[in-house]
Amino acid sequence: MISLQKISKIFNKGKVTEVIALNEISLQIHQGEFLVIVGANGSGKTTLLNVMEGSQMPTTGRIEINGQDVTLLPEYKRSRWVARVFQNPHNGTAPDLTILDNFRLAALRTQRKNLTIGINEAFKKKVREKIAGLGMGLENKISQPMGSLSGGQRQALTLLMCVMDDTEILLLDEPTAALDPRSALVVMNLADKLNKDLGITTVLITHNLKDALVYGNRLIQMQEGKIAQDLNTAEKAGLLLQDLYTWFE
Amino acid sequence: MSQFYLTALQLSICLGPMAMGIFITMKVFNIPDITTDGSYTLGAVVTAVLLSSHWNALAVLPVCMLAGAVAGTCTGLIHTKLRIDALLAGILVMTGLYSVNLIILGRSNVPLINIHTVFNTLSLFSTDLYNQLFVALVMIILLVFLLRYLLLTDFGIAMRATGNNPVMTQSMGINNDIIKIIGLAMANALTALSGFLVAQYQNFTDINMGIGIVITGLGSVLIADALRIWLNVTHIGLQILFVLAGSLLFQLVLAFTLAMGIDPNFLKLVTAVFVLLIVALPRVSRQLQGSLPNQSKI
Repeated sequence: MISLQKISKIFNKGKVTEVIALNEISLQIHQGEFLVIVGANGSGKTTLLNVMEGSQMPTTGRIEINGQDVTLLPEYKRSRWVARVFQNPHNGTAPDLTILDNFRLAALRTQRKNLTIGINEAFKKKVREKIAGLGMGLENKISQPMGSLSGGQRQALTLLMCVMDDTEILLLDEPTAALDPRSALVVMNLADKLNKDLGITTVLITHNLKDALVYGNRLIQMQEGKIAQDLNTAEKAGLLLQDLYTWFE
Repeated sequence: MSQFYLTALQLSICLGPMAMGIFITMKVFNIPDITTDGSYTLGAVVTAVLLSSHWNALAVLPVCMLAGAVAGTCTGLIHTKLRIDALLAGILVMTGLYSVNLIILGRSNVPLINIHTVFNTLSLFSTDLYNQLFVALVMIILLVFLLRYLLLTDFGIAMRATGNNPVMTQSMGINNDIIKIIGLAMANALTALSGFLVAQYQNFTDINMGIGIVITGLGSVLIADALRIWLNVTHIGLQILFVLAGSLLFQLVLAFTLAMGIDPNFLKLVTAVFVLLIVALPRVSRQLQGSLPNQSKI
């Protein structure tokens, strides 16, 4: 469970260029929930995700994960609970390293990286099996550099890498924005499957309103750094695409 | 004539650790580190002072590497904690080290005549040159295996990923700052090791011996990189061997230049032009083929 209490994020405070990206947001995301966030550009969606992940610190407010105060923990320490898929497929993987190396690192996300060789036959087998589940035919390419794959393939692997180690919270920041429709479908279905099968708390930012309707069991609209709408499972199920469009008028 | 090549080989092996250090900073971490000039001399200075006070050469070795590691840590701290450009951080430490080296050494030149060096530890062959070469070879082979092993470990993967995609490594629970500092410390420990070897090979330490040495290592790594792309090699052990091959090629070119009777004053100019050629030639050939490469980092 992740809990945000009166989180504000103000850029360039006190200057002419001051921007209030988040304005006293309070939000509880429960274990296993699949929360979808929509909102216009500049409404504070990505800042909210960055603050949860720890790559940006809130100006005021408090963040708790499972009751533990993590407000001041930097990103590399919060990775104990949080895994993230970036909007840009190139951000989530190291291109010059092999697929196998990338997965090895992901498998150690919450652990120490020791001076021992961790890639053995058993590990290779495990990675091959996981990748085969994607049905993209990548399981025989694990020794290739990650950079030789397409954006869609990399994004699907990034998502898979998120669950190589214990993960409680999965943050997805427009993961399909740069992908073709088919790859986008693979990635979204995988995210849905991970949420349902493993019970991973998932937060998805999307501009694709159809996805916002199809996936998730809670929907939030952000506007000018505040939560404008917060629909629970039943309310979300009753929502029509037309209604959703009117939010953006 | 064979003496001529053997000398170049010996010197290239002595400079090999430094080239490996530059491989770590430039290729693994993608950081241009030029602390090298200072930490190389530091290694040689510590060697001269300790050997002159009758330390055993093998006991001097870890002290040298530790001194180099401290220098690298300084650069790393300035770069990561004060957020100062790596190039500037390296220049600052290198400049400061000049005075430090002078203070430790006490004067600008110390000869190491009639002193038991690391190269005299074995006498398997009748010729001194062969004995020296053997010691140097054993050391460098050991280093290649160590570095290869390190880069293949889980920690090594983290090192390589940090240089390749620092955004990703942060979300993988890696403290980029710490791992960069460790990398710079390792690289400069290796550089100091080269200072240790060269001082004993040439039988003296000079306060100016490090000036411009970084370009030798840089050239070796660039040659290795050209070989890697040309032969399409991803194997890490081979890449390290290529760096050593680069170091050898570099020394051969310099030795050849001297043998041609060119004024030694031109040696640095020849070095600079040679490195320029290595960097420029692949680009020129690509341009001739029609695909303009983007401006890239060294």
